[in-house]
Amino acid sequence: MQLIYDGSFPGLLSTIFTAYEYKLNDALIVRTNQLQSLTLSESMEVYTETAKAERVWKGLKKKIAAQGLELIYRSYLSELPSVENSILEVVRYALQSDQNILEDYGHSHVLTLHQIARKVGREKHRFEAFVRFENIGNNWFYADIAPDFNILPLIAPHFKERYAAQNWMIYDSKRKYGIQYDSVSEQINELTFRFEHAPAGNLSPIVQTDPDEKLYQELWKRYFKSTNIALRKNTKLHLQHVPKRYWRYLTEKKES
Amino acid sequence: MQTPSSERILEKLSILADAAKYDVSCSSSGSKRKNHNKGLGNSTGGGICHTYTEDGRCVSLLKILLTNHCIYDCAYCVSRKSNDIKRAAFTVEEVVELTLNFYKRNYIEGLFLSSGIFKNADTTMERLIAIARKLRTEHRFNGYIHLKSIPGASNALMQEAGLYADRLSVNLELPSETSLQLLAPGKTYEQIKKPMLLVSQTIQAQANEKRLLQRAAKPLFAPAGQSTQMVIGATPETDKDIMYQANALYQNYRMKRVYYSGYIPINPTDTRLPGVGTPAPLIREHRLYQSDWLMRFYGFQVTELLSDSFPQLDSDIDPKLSWALRNLHQFPVDINTADYEAILRIPGIGVQSAQKIISARRFGQLDVYQLKKLGVAFNRARYFLVCRGMGPASLGDLQDRQIKHFILAGYRSKFSNAVSSQLSLF
Ligand code: SF4
Repeated sequence: MQLIYDGSFPGLLSTIFTAYEYKLNDALIVRTNQLQSLTLSESMEVYTETAKAERVWKGLKKKIAAQGLELIYRSYLSELPSVENSILEVVRYALQSDQNILEDYGHSHVLTLHQIARKVGREKHRFEAFVRFENIGNNWFYADIAPDFNILPLIAPHFKERYAAQNWMIYDSKRKYGIQYDSVSEQINELTFRFEHAPAGNLSPIVQTDPDEKLYQELWKRYFKSTNIALRKNTKLHLQHVPKRYWRYLTEKKES
Repeated sequence: MQTPSSERILEKLSILADAAKYDVSCSSSGSKRKNHNKGLGNSTGGGICHTYTEDGRCVSLLKILLTNHCIYDCAYCVSRKSNDIKRAAFTVEEVVELTLNFYKRNYIEGLFLSSGIFKNADTTMERLIAIARKLRTEHRFNGYIHLKSIPGASNALMQEAGLYADRLSVNLELPSETSLQLLAPGKTYEQIKKPMLLVSQTIQAQANEKRLLQRAAKPLFAPAGQSTQMVIGATPETDKDIMYQANALYQNYRMKRVYYSGYIPINPTDTRLPGVGTPAPLIREHRLYQSDWLMRFYGFQVTELLSDSFPQLDSDIDPKLSWALRNLHQFPVDINTADYEAILRIPGIGVQSAQKIISARRFGQLDVYQLKKLGVAFNRARYFLVCRGMGPASLGDLQDRQIKHFILAGYRSKFSNAVSSQLSLF
């Protein structure tokens, strides 16, 4: 039985609830935008219900604690095809065991989730480092990213703590939504906006930057160049740390 | 377009970042500073690399000299008095503005400020402190600050520096006092170790006080501790000399990190130093760092890694494998019963895999397939372990040299590429 959900996290939890409710031992969970084509097997669309989602969440909390919930949430944010099924398997395993099954690295689905969550964690860490803000005036700072995984919810707290006194916005141009923090209200808001004509990584056509912005970008580029030791050049290592796909967002690596 | 003043600041930054780059430390870890006053920034403890140089080094801090004017003439240093180079100096305000503006754009974790010694030690140290103080008090800056201690500065200044800085460091410069005297006229180990001792004692006193009062009584002094650096390859010390020196620094001064900086020939005239064009000893530097890790995270004693009969690290294999091959009688280790310390000593198993093995084996005996999935580098580890379904790899018949041969053949492609791409540069 193929269970189709809307792609939201409560949606996934509702789906897990449904799999239990109808004792669907062969359930296969697919998010609606990853639906390849209509398959021959039976399928069913699951509606997101907060009450059901919360019941699953609370039940899991008793079994696998906060650490396990975080593991599941991060895996979910990977958006990888069929990650939902590993999540379902781990949930099943957790609910029928009395041990802390998260440490059973010999279990293939447990290990899979650890591996995926680690990748997501690595990307979270990378973007806490690679976000480059531009001062667009009035104490507003803007950055544009296109991460492989949906890491905005994971990096938001870091930026909120760090830049509590400035206003900032980070836009995920791949998923077409962003987060915005206002230093007066101290709230983070999610926003969906579309920059139809802005090429990624280049804001100039739509956003007026602060007069000093160009100078600081120039200074940063100069710094990046001056701190390099040419005699130690090691391109392989450099690329390993700063893969090319991130360059278009990095002030110091951008062309021009 | 660019104004004359922006031209000038760009030029200063080029000169003073270039002069600071030979100090390899760029760590921003070890300090947890919350953004408690709704100011700018915080330190998370783990440290963040915001970018990497083209030589693959982490860029975490704005690492600059306040000035490259210097009254000393250390032969291994670009800023030495007798060197004919462009000199520049930042104002306090300029460093503060650069730090704040880089930080707000998420370019950096903070500032690493060092300086050539102008006039005298105290004047130089005072100027460094003025910058840190301004950042912390006027601008409520909670990012990371690493200040260089200027040898010879007064105790009172050192104490004040520690109140604003997360980390303090003073470089040992060279791995032996003889070499230091030869190449750095006017510098002594005594002068360098005095601020090290003061910092470690102040940190220790603070820790005792905290334990007694159950809380931090005063503003924290250098919460990220201290570090130091030695230039290697410029002078004749062996790896054993270097690592024993490092070990003593860890023991006696509670160093958080000792850095090893492969000497880049920058002095074309001085015949006491390797000439310009000599390759930087990058592989050697790498092996020293690996030994350092083995001491800090793998429970190795320095005496196990290096000794009078084994004074230089192998360059073709890492020091852990090298140790294992010299100690085959301690293997094979049984993955399913051995304790953590023994598992950690198996070549091809790192801290993470070792921890996972300890957790996972409670659920059942582990086999080869699972070990591979847990991240064990099996081609290397296989000669040193037993697990479910796999007995000892007939170690009795194989000699250390044969094992080394097998292992090297296994990862030749990966490894020799790295080596040859480095070598091809020279
Ligand atoms: S005192 Fe420091 S800056 Fe001056 S020459 Fe010696 S190493 Fe260089």
